[in-house]
Amino acid sequence: MLNRVLLLCLALVWTVSVSVTAQDVAEGGIDTLSLPLPAPAQNVVAANHVYDDGEVIDVNWDKSPDDPENILGYIVYRAETDGAFDSIRTLLPGETFFSDDNVEDEIPYKYQIGVIGENGVSLSGESELAVATWELFNFGMWNTFLWMFVFCGSVIGFIISAKSGRKLYIRKIGGLEALEEAVGRATEMGRPILFIPGILDMDDVQTLAAITILGKVARVVADYDSKIRMPVSRSLVLTAARETIKESYTSAGRPDGYNEDMVQYVTDEQFGYVAAVNGIMVREKPATCLYLGAFFAESLILAETGNSIGAIQIAGTARPGQLPFFVAACDYTLIGEELFAASAYLSEDPKQLGSLKGQDVGKVIAMFGLLVGTAAMTLSVAWQVPATQWILDLMNNLFTTN
Amino acid sequence: METFGIWLAALLTIGIISFLYKDNVLYKACESIFVGISAGYWFITYYWDNLYRKFYLGVTDMDNPHRFFLWIAFALGVMMLTRLIGKIGWLSRWPLAFIVGATAGLYMMTYFVSNAFVQVGATIKLPPDFGSVGSYISFGMIALGTFSGLVYFFFSKEHKGVFGGTAKLGIWFLMVTFGASFGYTVMSRMSLMLGRLDFLFGEWLGMIN
Repeated sequence: MLNRVLLLCLALVWTVSVSVTAQDVAEGGIDTLSLPLPAPAQNVVAANHVYDDGEVIDVNWDKSPDDPENILGYIVYRAETDGAFDSIRTLLPGETFFSDDNVEDEIPYKYQIGVIGENGVSLSGESELAVATWELFNFGMWNTFLWMFVFCGSVIGFIISAKSGRKLYIRKIGGLEALEEAVGRATEMGRPILFIPGILDMDDVQTLAAITILGKVARVVADYDSKIRMPVSRSLVLTAARETIKESYTSAGRPDGYNEDMVQYVTDEQFGYVAAVNGIMVREKPATCLYLGAFFAESLILAETGNSIGAIQIAGTARPGQLPFFVAACDYTLIGEELFAASAYLSEDPKQLGSLKGQDVGKVIAMFGLLVGTAAMTLSVAWQVPATQWILDLMNNLFTTN
Repeated sequence: METFGIWLAALLTIGIISFLYKDNVLYKACESIFVGISAGYWFITYYWDNLYRKFYLGVTDMDNPHRFFLWIAFALGVMMLTRLIGKIGWLSRWPLAFIVGATAGLYMMTYFVSNAFVQVGATIKLPPDFGSVGSYISFGMIALGTFSGLVYFFFSKEHKGVFGGTAKLGIWFLMVTFGASFGYTVMSRMSLMLGRLDFLFGEWLGMIN
């Protein structure tokens, strides 16, 4: 590795010091020493880079026969149709490919490869002219399209099915049953329920799930004539949360019980928000704390404070880094996708239920792919079963992006 | 002035840390200062970044061919404010729907490819050092952990029998991962605390060189 770096440095220094174009070389301006030049690179091919927006030309060549022992590297030269060649890149020995991403679309370019030896540069022949063009579709991603089609088709199919009145089964989710119990406990103790919807905005799917669950919680709160307290860190969340709670109170037949101050904007600043929520916790001592949404470093601070005041705590987030803290400090935790499942389960909304069922179809495909793929790979490597190769090729085609 | 800043930062740090003892006047003061200043800071930041830099400079830049699109964003922003006007308050739901819908559409492909599709392909592939006993165990654990984890997050079937057992194995894998992650993060939090103590005993009190 060190040798290669040194060689590259040498090549760069050499390139700068000589400072000539390929035309000069062709005219014999460099090779004035007696030692022979390295053998040139062969078969230089330049072609449009497919499936992009017309900004790249790929250049390939066959290595010089003197690579790697007697060369210092390669120089890529480029020219327009009738223009002079200019050096555009220096590469290490062993390289046979270069993507030129500094081209303009619809302009033809030709390329030449120079092999750097200790006594000069030997040039390859010129490539054919190549033009960078853009393509509307990336057919290399056919497999992504296939899975998206299957996945979205399943989701749409299940949504239609749910809307037609078919009952879609979703297994019970631990923690959800505790929700009503937790609200009841707060009512008995005469203390509020604290609902924290994470610290991200309405463009995050976890916040959306949290707001959906808020609707159900607020409905139970309204039924029990309990109190809910919801400090938020985003203005859009403030709007959505007020709307949701108001709707829940209205549907519970208690529109007069709704108060806009139930939801309060604090600040967008992460730890400023945490400081304020901690203050609310220790002063108002909520009986139940719900942390549902996207959380970051504040997760453990909030959960620990909630724990210290003896609140029953239910958390849910899809951020893997914060789940350990909630698992450690809360009574119930909705892990990852359970948060979204809980949202669908509680809302009984056909769109959410259909989406969840559609995702289950995706999981079945993934599980099947894993089983078949790992079994084929094991058979292929451990016992060299030749028949498994086509399965591996198929899996590779199905689950690898280009 | 610098000395004043150090003293102020030290007192505010102590004020926030005093919460560990119990809620007190100093903490309340620090909390209010923090919340007030940060809310004001973000207001100013949003104003200069969005209203001035992105919108005002954008629409007045005659070389910007996309400047008319900025008026759509501006109109959506104004629609948010209609919430303050009772009769047309429902208009504020439109920008909300736009944000949610646009984000879902933008992220759908990225999330699907990186979080689901590529993961399956990567799990099937052999680790680079495959051949040693350790690599066999590693490959098996990755495949088993991923598979059982998927079973746990399958919501269309009750966790009973073999299916339930596999789901239980999945949650074990998750818990072991959480445990490792917990320990790692606690260590990084310790370094944050050490940073604050370093400030208090070093920069403020000068007890550490």
